[in-house]
Amino acid sequence: MLNHVFLSVLEWSRLQFALTAIFHWFFVPLTLGISFIIAIMETIYVRTGNEFWKKVVKFWMTIFGINFAIGVATGIILEFEFGTNWSNYSWFVGDIFGAPLAIEGILAFFMESTFIAIMFFGWNKIGRKTHLTASWLTAFGANISALWILVANGWMQNPVGMKFNPDNARNEMESFWDVLFNPSAIAKFLHTVTSAYVLSAIVVVAISAWFLLKGREKIFAKKSIIVASVFGLLSSAALIITGDTSANNIAQTQPMKLAAMEGLYKGKEGVGLSVFGILTPGKEANDGKDAFLFNIEVPKLLSFMGYRNSDAFVAGVEDLINGGFVPSYSDRDGNKITAELSAEEKIRRGKEAIASFAKYTEEKKAGNEVARDGARDELFKNINYFGYGYLNSPSSIVPNVPLCYYSFRIMVGLGFLFIIVFIVMLCGVLKKDREIGKWALRLAILSAPLVYIASQAGWIVAEMGRQPWAIQDLLPTVAATSRVDASAVMITFFLFFVLFSILLAAELKILFSQIKKGPNISNE
Amino acid sequence: MNILKSVFLFYYEGFKNMTVGKTLWFIIVIKLIIMFLILKPFFFQNYLKSNFKTEEERINYVTKELTVPAEQQNQVEKNKIIQ
Repeated sequence: MLNHVFLSVLEWSRLQFALTAIFHWFFVPLTLGISFIIAIMETIYVRTGNEFWKKVVKFWMTIFGINFAIGVATGIILEFEFGTNWSNYSWFVGDIFGAPLAIEGILAFFMESTFIAIMFFGWNKIGRKTHLTASWLTAFGANISALWILVANGWMQNPVGMKFNPDNARNEMESFWDVLFNPSAIAKFLHTVTSAYVLSAIVVVAISAWFLLKGREKIFAKKSIIVASVFGLLSSAALIITGDTSANNIAQTQPMKLAAMEGLYKGKEGVGLSVFGILTPGKEANDGKDAFLFNIEVPKLLSFMGYRNSDAFVAGVEDLINGGFVPSYSDRDGNKITAELSAEEKIRRGKEAIASFAKYTEEKKAGNEVARDGARDELFKNINYFGYGYLNSPSSIVPNVPLCYYSFRIMVGLGFLFIIVFIVMLCGVLKKDREIGKWALRLAILSAPLVYIASQAGWIVAEMGRQPWAIQDLLPTVAATSRVDASAVMITFFLFFVLFSILLAAELKILFSQIKKGPNISNE
Repeated sequence: MNILKSVFLFYYEGFKNMTVGKTLWFIIVIKLIIMFLILKPFFFQNYLKSNFKTEEERINYVTKELTVPAEQQNQVEKNKIIQ
């Protein structure tokens, strides 16, 4: 029973999952993006026949290889955790979540083991064009792998294409295509991979800037900066578009996350987008305090981003708790909502759904078919509020607002800084009469750690912003955990921490040593 | 058979001629050993598979887990554990 799901187990399980996911995400984005940068560079090599580009490609392939090798299989630990710490969740969604993860596992294994091997071992053994094809397929393969993971994640943010089966307590897939083309999954995939491209471009620019600062490998560094900056600028443009799509999607499916991201407590029509502000410390919903001590906003932009109407009503945290407003979003079935329910009413309906589920099980065992069917009907009448039944109070639907608000601004702010870095570096290398200033090179180098912070901040917004849900509206994290011992989760948390730290240290050591060696192309 | 031999030689020579790759493969192997031979069997057993033998038992268990609403949770016991 849930009375055995102790808070400490929940917190340790969440902490452990966060640690593993953050660590995993240190490696994934560089793999997703640098593989394309390498494929572009190799295309230049194949088209020009210039051996210089082959050496450039080989250097960046080494960086790719180190990152890939250290990061490979770190995501499997997340799957271990699902089975051990999150057994209720795993069972409840198994049929939906398992399919994309299985496809990912098979694709990742076959595509990566085949094409990466050709990419690394195939020089001088196969034709240039065949090798180039393998490089492109490695890039596409890595990105297709990411698609399936993000489809699974998108489903948790916006569960579609399934039906709950009370006979086995599982959600069963009704439409694979609805799950695959879930708007939340598509938005998440596009935004995540484009952010990974920007991260990779920044890493290439930063390493190249280091060579320029040291006065080494100047031609190599400048050519790499040109390719990476153009790739980074195009990716940044795509990132802005996909970011807008994501915001629009969140407004439709996760209005509380949007409110938390914006520090918006009281909704209104024509809401501006907060560029930067200082939230009032200790602010709680319905406490009457102002949300901000200080706030700069772009008028009406949030309404426009959320609902494509600059005068649209955007619900705030308090509106979503108190209900009674006419939302600009539709319900899960796409129907217009005339008055949004209060969180309290949703909790009441959720408890009814859970009670109906319990009654259904009892009546089924007792063989009372009429009562069983009645309970089933009651359950499905309130199924969209099922998860609310596990919550204790209306305020528990509110995520950590300051964390979401500031993480979002870190992500977006740094994203715009990286555009400046790409422009400055690109203009710098294209100007033949003078060298790039040292300040610009140092800024580019500093951007390498910053881009990882921005990338992780994006995930913090996505995952903390959807709290308290493991699956939006269906299952809160408190009901998703296993009845395991908290100390066991704590021990494995620290085991992972040590293991991950060693792996990260190993990667950085090998990476820095390879960067120091450089591509060994004649220095001019 | 020639194709199989060519594929084998392709990988064999590839691995043989690696430089930094050998260190990376060493790390990968150690990592996989830790993950699959230590972490998975000793620390990450599948909770439902290891505690319940049949599908029916698992269904009953999860149903029981999911049909207890929030107000019936034993807050006192929870608080003890938090401390």
